[in-house]
Amino acid sequence: MTVAATAAQAQAPVDWGRVRADFPLIGKLIKGKQIVYLDSAATSQKPHVVIDTMKRYYEEYNANVHRGAYNIAAKATQEYEAAREKVRRFVNASSTKEIVFTKGTTEGLNLVAYAWGRKFVKPDDEVVISELEHHSNLVPWQVLCTATGAKLKYIPIREDGTLDMSRLDEIITRRTRIVSVTGQSNVLGTVTPIRDIARRAREVGALMVVDGAQSVPHQPVDVQAIGCDFLAFSGHKVCGPTASGVLFGRRERLEEMDPFLYGGEMIREVRYDGSTWNELPWKFEAGTPGIAQAIGLGVAIDYVSAIGMDRIREHEASLTRKALAMAAELKDLTLYGPRDVSVRGGVITFNFAEIHPHDLATILDEQDRVCVRAGHHCAMPLTQKLGVAATARASFYIYNTEEEVDLLFDALRRAKEFFYRGAR
Amino acid sequence: MGLAELYREVLLGHYRAPRNRGRLEAASFTASDENPLCGDEVSVFGRVEGDVVTEVKFEARGCVICVASASLMTVAASGRTLDEARTLVAAVEGLVDGREGVEGDLAALSGVKDYPGRARCATLPWTTLAKGIEEHSRRQS
Repeated sequence: MTVAATAAQAQAPVDWGRVRADFPLIGKLIKGKQIVYLDSAATSQKPHVVIDTMKRYYEEYNANVHRGAYNIAAKATQEYEAAREKVRRFVNASSTKEIVFTKGTTEGLNLVAYAWGRKFVKPDDEVVISELEHHSNLVPWQVLCTATGAKLKYIPIREDGTLDMSRLDEIITRRTRIVSVTGQSNVLGTVTPIRDIARRAREVGALMVVDGAQSVPHQPVDVQAIGCDFLAFSGHKVCGPTASGVLFGRRERLEEMDPFLYGGEMIREVRYDGSTWNELPWKFEAGTPGIAQAIGLGVAIDYVSAIGMDRIREHEASLTRKALAMAAELKDLTLYGPRDVSVRGGVITFNFAEIHPHDLATILDEQDRVCVRAGHHCAMPLTQKLGVAATARASFYIYNTEEEVDLLFDALRRAKEFFYRGAR
Repeated sequence: MGLAELYREVLLGHYRAPRNRGRLEAASFTASDENPLCGDEVSVFGRVEGDVVTEVKFEARGCVICVASASLMTVAASGRTLDEARTLVAAVEGLVDGREGVEGDLAALSGVKDYPGRARCATLPWTTLAKGIEEHSRRQS
């Protein structure tokens, strides 16, 4: 598609009904009931085009990359590297050398914590994260700090679930070596002021890492505008295959790091008495990578880009606005996180009618096939801070509709009726 | 199968009015555990005289299945010998996997077999009891 065609298309309204029809599992009957999928913060559904692309790889040019001298190997390599270029454009990195394929956000963050952290973090250094973080952007830094003698500090959250930016300058200081913050909370939906945090990190000469798992699928991303050193995200939350993921890393940073995994693919020369490493980005891609996954992710990125990330954000904001309004109306519902959709992504986290979220999730599914998540959402410290053992979470994506928001609230009322049947 | 099978009246009754909830003073054993997937927590307190479990109490932060199972357990395990209590734990673990082997109110837990994601909710109090019993036995030997 030409730039002009993309620009022209960007003006045209999105046919959300057609988007919905692109997803085989959306609207499907599961045990006789039509599924209402509200758990895209856990994983998104996949459009036909992604599934078909992966099938085509396996059926038509399944071969390893960067090795074979034959036709289908060349084709596999070409498609794999073309996917890297798509990712580069999507996050606006300056070079494909800065795009490392991983199996997901967790691997990307661990890669930074090990390969950069273990090499450069010293005792008495500080690592700064926020109280919002998912375990995958908390535990790797905790372990790094324990191993190096560095101190882990947290940017606190305020009552409304937003970060307390007034304390940023006292928390991120000259002692800070790494700052790693999520772009959007998977629990509260809070969209964080990541550029302001990155600016402060740069001021003090700290490494800036962004956990993009929840932000990259839902809003435009530009690593140069953010000014971060690293950004990790997962392909499976952006309509791509499971076990696909990306770590963007600024070239100078990646150059100064040692490899994370050693083996095939990542070497230049191996002798019995020593080895040298491949150039970027392959230095960080030891072993046979997820080839079908990377190619599938490339197509997923084409897919969401064709809709337009701005419009995806608007679509989710309108669903979220509606859901927040309905939540405010519903008696017995406790809502967590910001009420202002300009700082909240498409995530509604709540407790309802003193029904344990696990019971609620089971009942919503059994009665109305509404799929929501229940539990601590891999953010135990944050859940504890909210003063609850668990919460229920509904999250939206491009295939969800206003009607499904209505269905969620109908299902909640019906769950309450079931739960308290004969009890009052 | 279905919701009514999972949330039988017996379970809802135990959830709304749990038996033996609270700490047990001068317990012979205390054990706690949690479900790392959901954060549910259970503590079990037991008094043992000779080789008989004379009293069991619990504290829990959990769902209907977890709390009701804990409540049922305190009733079922009280007055049993340590070995009988162990057998009971194994029977409940078997029950949620679809096997037979328990009678009375405990059979109400069998609805969990159709909800593999909820099996741990039912077994958590029991595995915690087993942990307490094993620690007690180790101390005695």
